[in-house]
Amino acid sequence: MANSSKPKVAVWKFASCDGCQLSLLDCEDELLAITQEIKIANFPEASRAVIKGPYDLSLVEGSITTPHDMTRIQEIRRLSKVLITIGACATSGGIQALRNFKDINEFISIVYASPEFISTLDKSTPISTHVKVDFELRGCPINKMQLVEVISAFLSNRKPNTPEHSTCVECKRKGTVCVMVGKGTMCLGPVTHAGCDALCPTYNRGCYGCFGPKENPNTDSLAKWLISNGKTSDEMVRAFRSFNAGSDAFCKESQVNEEKD
Amino acid sequence: MKKKTKTIKVDYLARVEGEGALHIKIEDDKVSDVKLKIFEPPRFFEAFLRGRDFREAPDITARICGICPVAYQMSAVHAMENALGMNVQGPLRDLRRLIYCGEWIESHVLHIYMLHAPDFLGYEDAIRMAKDHKAIVERGLKLKKAGNEIVALLGGREIHPINVRVGGFYKVFSKKELSVLSENLKWARDAALETVRWTAKFPFQDFEQDYEFVALSHPDEYPFNEGRLISNKGLNINIADYEKNFKEEHVEHSNALHSTLKGGGSYFVGPMARFNLNFDRLSPLARQAAEEAGLKGVCNNPFKSIIVRSVETLYACDEALRIIESYQEPDRPFEEAVPCRGEGFSCTEAPRGILYHRYKIDESGKILDAKIVPPTSQNQKTIENDLWHFVPKYLDLPQDKLTWQCEQAIRNYDPCISCATHFLKLDIERI
Repeated sequence: MANSSKPKVAVWKFASCDGCQLSLLDCEDELLAITQEIKIANFPEASRAVIKGPYDLSLVEGSITTPHDMTRIQEIRRLSKVLITIGACATSGGIQALRNFKDINEFISIVYASPEFISTLDKSTPISTHVKVDFELRGCPINKMQLVEVISAFLSNRKPNTPEHSTCVECKRKGTVCVMVGKGTMCLGPVTHAGCDALCPTYNRGCYGCFGPKENPNTDSLAKWLISNGKTSDEMVRAFRSFNAGSDAFCKESQVNEEKD
Repeated sequence: MKKKTKTIKVDYLARVEGEGALHIKIEDDKVSDVKLKIFEPPRFFEAFLRGRDFREAPDITARICGICPVAYQMSAVHAMENALGMNVQGPLRDLRRLIYCGEWIESHVLHIYMLHAPDFLGYEDAIRMAKDHKAIVERGLKLKKAGNEIVALLGGREIHPINVRVGGFYKVFSKKELSVLSENLKWARDAALETVRWTAKFPFQDFEQDYEFVALSHPDEYPFNEGRLISNKGLNINIADYEKNFKEEHVEHSNALHSTLKGGGSYFVGPMARFNLNFDRLSPLARQAAEEAGLKGVCNNPFKSIIVRSVETLYACDEALRIIESYQEPDRPFEEAVPCRGEGFSCTEAPRGILYHRYKIDESGKILDAKIVPPTSQNQKTIENDLWHFVPKYLDLPQDKLTWQCEQAIRNYDPCISCATHFLKLDIERI
């Protein structure tokens, strides 16, 4: 493909740990092949070269937490034909959404000695709260092979093949013995979106919800079942309030349990 | 004669992790202000930790940084174990060193090949460098992968591993399962040696400063998780005394806190500090490679940190192979952690330098208070000092070259700004 006809891809960062964009550089076997097919037009973590927009594809990492970033995402949307969010922060507000349940001024004073220097919003929100998003890739962090699939799908103008069933289904497919049934270990697998290939149960621990809620998750049933088996409401609040605390289903379930507590 | 008055401005410093900016003001040919501005949004992790269970700290703090999550997990588990009076030894201790070897290799090689080498060879990035040096970039990617394979096996995945817990691991492996890593690690050890030889031939600016280097020091081994905190200028303390000796300041231009030595000032953490303070505890192969590269146990030129990172990569491959060779599967994957009221301290050697954690927990194991000091906030002032001294030597350079050189001087530290805010925009103003 001639250089000029390669699609221009940009990678953008908002409040995040850099892990999801690092996933692209972690594709050690695929990275050079991918860069044969696309033109990296803006990817500050990897390159000081900046090619002006518009961009054919923008990959967006991180959540919106500052007034400046609220304006920046509008500009990025305007410059992007296709905009895909990568990871829990960009898709549900991420771990930063823990602030949504507390008084932000108290948080500022815990971490920073001179709060007057800090500019931040009281809520951490996903990109879709602010602009139209064409596809959301889940995960904290994303699965790098799913990222390769999303880029391939974009290049061939098809829908990405990323299953929407639960982590529980992944476990059954792998033949992993259920940690909840077998060992009584608390597991969010029944309500969590697939994508990690049921990693935690393979390592003898319960799923803790990195990929956020699956479609129509029955969180109420899971929480009640766990409580009837000895877990506390406080444990439920913490379980649903981690890396996807801002997603509707997990947010509501944590609030229901907080009221019980 | 009219003195030089011009303005250099770059909006976004690249090839660092996170969002930041540099502002340098030059008046009458003299540097009058240097500010490493960190505008990465503030990320309140210490506040999020309050009220959480002590067992959650390794998973929550990992999310501070996607580049060095293992470092956060290691500092968190060691601090919690310190609070609970636990001391994890034997194969579990070795496995923790092994997963850290994986992260050092992955993180160092990312910086050497993808972020720093393009500066020395005059490329905007490693992708463009690959057009002329394909075999070298491929070697870098394969070497990086060898590190990630350790983290992916022991941790479950490369980024935000899921297998680390207070007391040990959720799952441990048989010797046979671990030995799968050895073949690629043997290749990686040779590739790391080639990397030391490759980087040693780069053109280096003549820039040495009188730094105070701070690193962990352990009597028998090159430091990862344990040791006293020492410096080349007389510091020698227990980790519990960290906050008595260091202070953090909140400055207006940065969302990261600046850390300084009380009564001292700026200090230098990371690969060069570890190397200078622990040279004799490197493996013989790593020591020999350093000496052949012209570093006989001392390096005061931060531009040469790329060689030191390569030496540490070699060491990490060597050490990983040693651990796998001598490994005996432990009886159980973890030691039971029983909550009790207490306070715990830990400092471990993240790829970019010392990472300090302190937690207070109550009798039920709930976190009452947390303090985290990442490496980049400790190096922030030293980076600014370097620029104060570096820029005057190169004022005659054309604007774009000087700008690039300043970026390179910052990248010497492999700054992780996401960590420190828990970022970089470059702006040189000449008045």
